[in-house]
Amino acid sequence: MMKFLRNNKRWQLFGLISPGALWILLFFNLPLLIMLFISFVERGRAGGIKLPPVYTLENYRQLFNACVSQFAGPECNSFLYLGIFGHSLQIGLVVTIWCIMLGYPLAFFIAKQKPIWRDTLMVLVIIPFWTNFLVRTYALKQVLATEGLLNSLFMGLHLINQPLELMFNQFAVVVGLIYGYLPFAVLPMYTSIEKFDHTLMEAAADLGASPRRAFLRVMLPMTLPGVVAALVLVFVPVVGAFITPDIMGGGKVEMIGTLINRQFGVARNWPFGSAMSLMLMLLVLIGVIAYFRSGGEESRRAL
Amino acid sequence: MTSGFAVEMQDVLKQFITPEGGILSAVNHVTLQIKDGEFFSLLGPSGCGKTTSLRMIGGFELPTDGKILIHGKDMSQVPAFQRPVNTVFQQYALFPHMTVEQNISFGLEMKGVVRSERSKRVSEALEMVRLPGMEMRRAKQLSGGQQQRIALARALVNKPEVLLLDEPLGALDLKLRKEMQLELKTLQREVGITFIYVTHDQEEALTMSDRIAVMSKGVALQVGKPEEIYERPANKFVADFIGETNFLDGVVKGQNGSLVEIELTGTGTVRVESSRKFTNGQQVSVAVRPEKLRLNADIQEANHLKGNVENVIYIGTDTHYGVRFPGGQKARVREQNITQAHKEIAIVGDEVTVSFTRTSPRILTE
Repeated sequence: MMKFLRNNKRWQLFGLISPGALWILLFFNLPLLIMLFISFVERGRAGGIKLPPVYTLENYRQLFNACVSQFAGPECNSFLYLGIFGHSLQIGLVVTIWCIMLGYPLAFFIAKQKPIWRDTLMVLVIIPFWTNFLVRTYALKQVLATEGLLNSLFMGLHLINQPLELMFNQFAVVVGLIYGYLPFAVLPMYTSIEKFDHTLMEAAADLGASPRRAFLRVMLPMTLPGVVAALVLVFVPVVGAFITPDIMGGGKVEMIGTLINRQFGVARNWPFGSAMSLMLMLLVLIGVIAYFRSGGEESRRAL
Repeated sequence: MTSGFAVEMQDVLKQFITPEGGILSAVNHVTLQIKDGEFFSLLGPSGCGKTTSLRMIGGFELPTDGKILIHGKDMSQVPAFQRPVNTVFQQYALFPHMTVEQNISFGLEMKGVVRSERSKRVSEALEMVRLPGMEMRRAKQLSGGQQQRIALARALVNKPEVLLLDEPLGALDLKLRKEMQLELKTLQREVGITFIYVTHDQEEALTMSDRIAVMSKGVALQVGKPEEIYERPANKFVADFIGETNFLDGVVKGQNGSLVEIELTGTGTVRVESSRKFTNGQQVSVAVRPEKLRLNADIQEANHLKGNVENVIYIGTDTHYGVRFPGGQKARVREQNITQAHKEIAIVGDEVTVSFTRTSPRILTE
């Protein structure tokens, strides 16, 4: 057996990749197929699906035209769910832009330091990963709360007379998401900026480019792969986020993630939740493909 | 304005803080005047301050003290992008995300030259560096030699008042380097732009330059034409760095007009012509080039020293003989292999006479 393996390159390769491939097949691809199946059947009374399965397109139709029983009787609003989708994409965009705007200068600053400092600073960026995301979000809540750190500070300095409403609104959600995803933006951009040869900036200056133009024409295009990677790494999870909007929004800010979460939880509507999940995947996929189509070769290489 | 100098460095000082917290004077009160239209080289070993000087002229470093004038205008504190100079960088620094055309037209674009004029000048520039039709290539698709030419075209297309070159041939192989040396020199004559060329390769500097500044430890030791620097080095460092030199140490015994008598330690007495005045008993070095020494030759009015051949090295055009004199001092003699059938004048162990004329050495005191 060992001798056989030693001499057969093809079987060696097969042996090496099969555990990982099997894992992905079993725990990623198969569930995806199951989800696809669930999204096309009717819901069961207490969660799960109706057995034997009854096939339907209702779950997808509901996305575009939903009648939801609200406090005062059923209310039909064809843009309810689409509105939430749009709103989530909007939050995703705002958070991504902020993460890149804040992360790029930070990554640049770190990349400019001496090697020892560079490593120390990168560890400081990565440290939050070692703390539970939930704990961090609750900590941030303490900062922004009505009686929280920020309000106490401002009141103490007599900058404001009454506490600002910083929690349980869209502002809180956006701040929470920026806080949570900034490291994801810094890491890929740091890698790109660190590789960037700074003599090229000198060459641009030598050829008469002001620092601003040199940045726009040379440094930014050359570090774009890092920016694109940051964009994808932040945008995709933020659009589907549910913990942060839940905690920071206090149930008042609805995003796709919280909606899907609810379908598998209190609403017990697995098929509708599955349909929404697949819709989100489709949207992100279209977005990413569209981006690469327009960005050309450089951005495709980023991932 | 009418000083006739393209670049003047006036008592320029550049200090850096070292990682240990000390102060390093990379350029230590250097004053240089570079003439308009000149091919000027800054020559010296690494760390001598030549690149820092060039970077200060280019505006990438600002002097700690002193002034830098370009065509009479004080540029000491003007940022790089506003200076009328262009640079060819050591590793070329071509923009890898742009085509050759975009690279070359970058400077023109920054100046606001219109598109039609730009493309005309780009093709002219490519013509000039003998790479026509390369517009659409990417920088990384080019060989080292080609990248070097594109970097040159990218700088020259802007018609700078001064072109700065930071060891641009360092990355090329020997044969290509020699070709490019001649080409650069020809190009410089054609365009008439002042070239300031940084190199550690003394042969390169001698080949191309109108004048050379030899630098060491942040100081310009000697400035002059190649033949002045080679034939009349100001001190031991210059004599040793430019070409090869034998140093024979001794003491001045007497001086009769321009003829100086020197007793070489343990070797013998020689008479050397010099315009300088020496005092008796002064410690000096007689510096003489290997090609100016002759082995077992019959020269009139010459100095003859007896020694033993220590080694013989045949290098094709010449044969080098290492000779050791009785007192322990050594010299290298270079004999051209003129005759077709190569025949060694002496073999290892032979006693030989090393001869040189009274005018060929330099007497150096420092």
